[in-house]
Amino acid sequence: MIEIQHLGKWFGEHKIWEDMNLTIHDGETVAVIGKSGSGKSVLLKHMNALLHPDTGTVKVDGNEIFNLSYVQLRLVRQKFGVLFQGAALFDSIDTFENVAFPLRYFTKMKETQIRDRVLECLDMVNLNDMGKKKTSELSGGMRKRVGLARAIVMQPRYLLYDEPTSGLDPVTSDEINDLIIHLKESLKITSVVITHDMHSVLRVADNVAFIDDKKLSWYGTLDEMRVAKHERLQEFIKASEYKI
Amino acid sequence: MLLFSEIGRYCRLLYEALRSMTEFHTYRQNLFSEMVKTGIDSLGISALAGLFTGAVLTIQTSYQLTSSFVDKSAIGAIVSQSMLVELSAMVTALVLSGRVGARIATELGTMRVSEQVDALESMGFNSVTFLVIPRVFAGVLMFPIIYMAAAAGGIIGGNLAGMFTGALTPAEFMEGARAFFFPWDVAFGMIKSFVFGFVITSISCFKGYYASGGAEGVGRATTNATVLSCIYILLADFILAAILL
Repeated sequence: MIEIQHLGKWFGEHKIWEDMNLTIHDGETVAVIGKSGSGKSVLLKHMNALLHPDTGTVKVDGNEIFNLSYVQLRLVRQKFGVLFQGAALFDSIDTFENVAFPLRYFTKMKETQIRDRVLECLDMVNLNDMGKKKTSELSGGMRKRVGLARAIVMQPRYLLYDEPTSGLDPVTSDEINDLIIHLKESLKITSVVITHDMHSVLRVADNVAFIDDKKLSWYGTLDEMRVAKHERLQEFIKASEYKI
Repeated sequence: MLLFSEIGRYCRLLYEALRSMTEFHTYRQNLFSEMVKTGIDSLGISALAGLFTGAVLTIQTSYQLTSSFVDKSAIGAIVSQSMLVELSAMVTALVLSGRVGARIATELGTMRVSEQVDALESMGFNSVTFLVIPRVFAGVLMFPIIYMAAAAGGIIGGNLAGMFTGALTPAEFMEGARAFFFPWDVAFGMIKSFVFGFVITSISCFKGYYASGGAEGVGRATTNATVLSCIYILLADFILAAILL
């Protein structure tokens, strides 16, 4: 379980949000939506302590992550898989090695075991014949899928997706959404999806958190979102041009 | 205020690197590849820079020493000692602040703005251990070797220039070089190149590691890394000369 408690973040004089409270229960998928610049990705980076807050705290499985030693924090971070907005693949190594990267450093697996695990993960994201490709030769959708394969290779409990469908065509976006659903159902992973793609929200989310006006403005299930009397939320949904 | 903030962040990065130096298994592989990229790949350009510096210095010294009372072997002594004490370390440092410093700042800056540094951290790596330590270690280990290549290039260049211009024979050059050879000169040059290696790689890592603002930010980090490296090399050169000579 991830508990975000009274979190506040400023960049210099600029307030991102304050008094942010959100609990993500095991097994659920929470979509965090909001306008560009509302601090969705900043919130995501607090969940595994890539950024530190000015106020408040985050607890992962009961541990306050900002008070941990580096070794303890490493163990917490390894419970997470993260799919970054641009996939953040290492361009000095090929696709296979990108996925194998954490296995080589953090496990004592033999080469054959590493190979089997990497191929299994690439197969899960439908890229089983792409291992030898350089990352620069991959399309945007493929890069995201390789990023996803790398995110799941260490069998994380939590998956954080930062704009998983941004910059992709509708068909590829749907493939990524299918993958998120598939991973959730097959691996029982708890997921947080940062997005402003309402189509994606409707496909993958159990609950929705809406960040607006520098705070968590609304939180509820998909069904509750459909009938929510929250003007700014409805504006946001309407602007997405999806009938719900 | 900004200067103090920058110094503070630089010291913090070095502290973080020092603290995690024992995690050798994390940066072992990177260290060897960085030693090749920083050292082996720079030997050619450094030897070439030394060769031409030695050649030009020989021609200029012979031009200035026109008196018939001064033995021609003095040219060899001046050139070889200048190369060993000052020019080999300085010329290679200035050349490599561009070649090595710019590469490091660009690599780390691009990794920072494309979230690759965040990806490393999120996997459980200490990104400083993984990225900064091998680059700085490679610098301090390989710069003395590069210095020796440049010094050898300088003495060979001086010899060749003296021979082709008719200013002095190789035998006269080497006679002067041997007569005024002091082992401390080589030790001093190696100490300087060790310090210059640290200055260039640590400043470039610092600028690249904290780069922000997309492609423009990476460009700015690279320029700053190169310019600052040059300034601090000159400053370090002065301080070392004042203390050790």
